[in-house]
Amino acid sequence: MAEDATRIATEARDRVRFEEEALALADQVYRVARHLSGSREDAEELVQETYARAFRSWRSYTPGTNLRAWLLRILTNLNIDRGRRSQRAPQMTPLEANDYYLYDKLSAEGDGGQPADEERVVERLSQDDIVSALSAVPHDFRDVIVLVDIGDFSYQDAANILDIPIGTVMSRLHRGRRILKRELAESVLEDAS
Amino acid sequence: MTHAQDDPCAHCEEMMQPYLDHILTEAERVEAEEHLDECEWCRRRYKFEESLRVYVRQAVSEPMSAKLKAKLSELRIPLN
Repeated sequence: MAEDATRIATEARDRVRFEEEALALADQVYRVARHLSGSREDAEELVQETYARAFRSWRSYTPGTNLRAWLLRILTNLNIDRGRRSQRAPQMTPLEANDYYLYDKLSAEGDGGQPADEERVVERLSQDDIVSALSAVPHDFRDVIVLVDIGDFSYQDAANILDIPIGTVMSRLHRGRRILKRELAESVLEDAS
Repeated sequence: MTHAQDDPCAHCEEMMQPYLDHILTEAERVEAEEHLDECEWCRRRYKFEESLRVYVRQAVSEPMSAKLKAKLSELRIPLN
């Protein structure tokens, strides 16, 4: 009996600790959800489902491993379950833009060929430009950008979360960043016209 | 992969994103930094790419609402 009581108390303590650690990561989980979902409402729902599932299946988390990655794995799986798979696959049209395409566009928009301050050049992009350009990047590419460039996950963590090989993370990141820059360049040209 | 001796700036462009991701080997990192030190054209583009990443991250960091935060706490399973 006393052993049972000790076991129950230990389990309760472990669970409370798990829940508190998970909740402390909620801002970071939300940030990723917000960019995987089309709207704030979808993101909020997705985060709630993620936490409901995480709290139910806390025993399958191994203490000492990456809790943030574990939560994000649940989140991305739920997001896929919500019908992501049925969406159109990204078009694989060739990208003529090179890596410096956006820089070349933005610096050309500046004043009369004067050498520009590079930190200032990015400020020609508005917050709205960035948010809408990111949402225009096809899902498969956006997922890796959100995890690696915004969520600060390593390539390996992103590969584990999305359940894809690390080489795929790298190639999608490479292409996704180019698509993002192309979208940003287009938004700047639209603003200017 | 472009060879550094053929077109050092094209080679630098190939290394730019891996450099920013800190995944180059030590030898490649030194090579990239040596080129960036001596080439203003590439250095400008490097500074831009670096600023762009920070800028994108800042622009899309929208905080979670307090209401959602409270809801998440309510999802916790009560102790019996």
